[in-house]
Amino acid sequence: MKNDAFISIRNVNKYFGSFQAIDNVNMDIGEGEFFSLLGASGCGKTTLLRMLAGFESTSDGEILIDGQPSADVPPHHRPVNMVFQSYAIFPHLNVADNIAYGLRKHKLSKPQKQEMVDEMLELIKLPGYGKRKANELSGGQRQRIALARALILKPKVLLLDEPLGALDKQLREQMQLELRALQRQVGITFVFVTHDQEEALTLSDRIAVMSGGKVLQVDTPEGLYEAPKTREVASFIGNMNFFQGTVRRNGSSEAAIETQGLGSIPISLEKVTKPDGAPVQVALRPEKFELLEEEPTGGHFVSAKMDKTAYLGERSHYYVTLDGKSEPVAVSSTNQFVARDDDRWKEGEPVWLSWSPEAVVVLDAD
Amino acid sequence: MSARGDTGTYIKRPNRPLQIYAVIFLIVLYVPVLFIPMFSFNDSIYVRFPLQGFTLQWYAELWSRDAVWAALFNSVKVGAVVAAISTILGVVAARAITRYRIPGKSALVTFIMMPLVIPGIIFGVALLVLLSRMGVPLSLYTVTLGHLIVCLPFAVATLLPRFEGFDPSMEEASADLGENGWWTFWRVTFPMVFPGVVASLLLTFTISFDEFIMAFFLTGTDATLPMYIWGQLRFPQEFPSVLALSSLILFISFILVFIAQRVGRMGLEDA
Ligand SMILES: Nc1ncnc2c1ncn2[C@@H]1O[C@H](COP(=O)(O)OP(=O)(O)O)[C@@H](O)[C@H]1O
Ligand SMILES: [Mg+2]
Repeated sequence: MKNDAFISIRNVNKYFGSFQAIDNVNMDIGEGEFFSLLGASGCGKTTLLRMLAGFESTSDGEILIDGQPSADVPPHHRPVNMVFQSYAIFPHLNVADNIAYGLRKHKLSKPQKQEMVDEMLELIKLPGYGKRKANELSGGQRQRIALARALILKPKVLLLDEPLGALDKQLREQMQLELRALQRQVGITFVFVTHDQEEALTLSDRIAVMSGGKVLQVDTPEGLYEAPKTREVASFIGNMNFFQGTVRRNGSSEAAIETQGLGSIPISLEKVTKPDGAPVQVALRPEKFELLEEEPTGGHFVSAKMDKTAYLGERSHYYVTLDGKSEPVAVSSTNQFVARDDDRWKEGEPVWLSWSPEAVVVLDAD
Repeated sequence: MSARGDTGTYIKRPNRPLQIYAVIFLIVLYVPVLFIPMFSFNDSIYVRFPLQGFTLQWYAELWSRDAVWAALFNSVKVGAVVAAISTILGVVAARAITRYRIPGKSALVTFIMMPLVIPGIIFGVALLVLLSRMGVPLSLYTVTLGHLIVCLPFAVATLLPRFEGFDPSMEEASADLGENGWWTFWRVTFPMVFPGVVASLLLTFTISFDEFIMAFFLTGTDATLPMYIWGQLRFPQEFPSVLALSSLILFISFILVFIAQRVGRMGLEDA
């Protein structure tokens, strides 16, 4: 646990009646971090966020915000602000009044308020929109107003509940970039909820992968992708090939895993803690394989047969079959040096598959 | 943006047969009613053509009649109380229906809306039987009770669309932005449902003001305006002033309902 954690979530559980929505969650979120909660719909992301905002109580455990226990602090006294999934723009107020909504207690003069609102409109790239009515705005514009309305209060933490979920793909990608730039600019801690793994990988400093109310793994995007800790995380983020294997330790200095399909793979000792003979799984991403026409002269390789190919423009996906493994193996490679059709792999052709042992992830057996 | 505009014009494209139908419908519906104000200005005690000439005599006569003023005052009293109570109950009902997960919600809504389709005479007789069994004397209070039953469904029907369009995260957003419960109500909840409340008040007041059947069964000694008109119909020489009074009620009702409609839809159009 880091000591400079800005938000500490400790042993938190949440029950709705007898249904457990949050299951013993522990995590720390650092100051200024862009932190994402990633998981399928219904896994408890919104519930966790609403507990941070104070709209739901914790059934068990505690949440510290800026070192202070938050259990008895009502939403309107918390140093956090939220961007709602529905944006919740007030329809009876214009854009400027929406943005200035939270400033009432700040006892500012009208010109001061005006100046702050204009600054915000500038920040969200909607200058001159102050007098517009809320229902004259597009989805993307509402989303920005919701951001500005929260940011004008200079919160220590901004909570965002799938803020880009309602936008179409192109706008979403543009807003992702803007959101990330905005977060860097204002330096506020963002807790961002999404069910889109690509979005989480693109935006976040760290990601908590959730499932069924539990946090499966908290890590950097790279950590999650390259070193997932469980099969669930490995298959949730990107694609993954799994191979059954058995640990082989000969002496203390080296270890290997005897796999079904890839033969024996040498593994550094820090990757395997299991004793000799223990069953494990070996996982390799599709793009970690290299397809070769000729048998390589060194390294790790097996012979295979091309089963299916799919041309996707920038890259191609392939399924190849291996001896000793029933499911086909997914392989992905760029088409950087492939220009003509006859350069591509044909279905049914024999191929060679090579990989580097460093790319191998060792997981517990199911 | 353009796609939305296109479908809009498609749906709003004028439809000739429908327009003609609507005009005929309105004529059949309202022309008989227009005879009432017409004859109220007719300088004759008999309601028949040809018209005799213009006079304000019948209105002047009304003005000087104490019983009219008493009945008017009774109707306004009952109407105001009914409007206030049914709107408050309507707000509570609409909020509960839209906000909470109630088992059997649609059955509940049907139940609340039932008085719209059950003939008033049935409710009137039922209430009369019940009240006389319980030994409650008939008075303006019993009329008010009857009117509440008639008006509540209208209040709920007017308020429901308001509350249905009310995203509960609006109130949470307000709390999130630092406002406590009272300020949230004042700055968000109230302004958003206010037009619906005004519309409901106007509409229920008008319905109570015009209501006859319930009043017929439940009135004691104090008559409401429609009851007063009913009483006057026995005297042929009073008929023109009954027409004058009816015209006034017609006019006021029309204005109130018109305002209620306009206010009630305020801000709902493209929300
Ligand atoms: N107020 C509530 N009452 C009962 N169940 C709830 C309530 N809020 C959420 N849930 C349940 O908790 C689970 C997690 O919900 P939520 O946090 O909204 O998931 P997510 O945001 O990840 O899609 C869901 O199964 C949902 O049905
Ligand atoms: Mg959610």
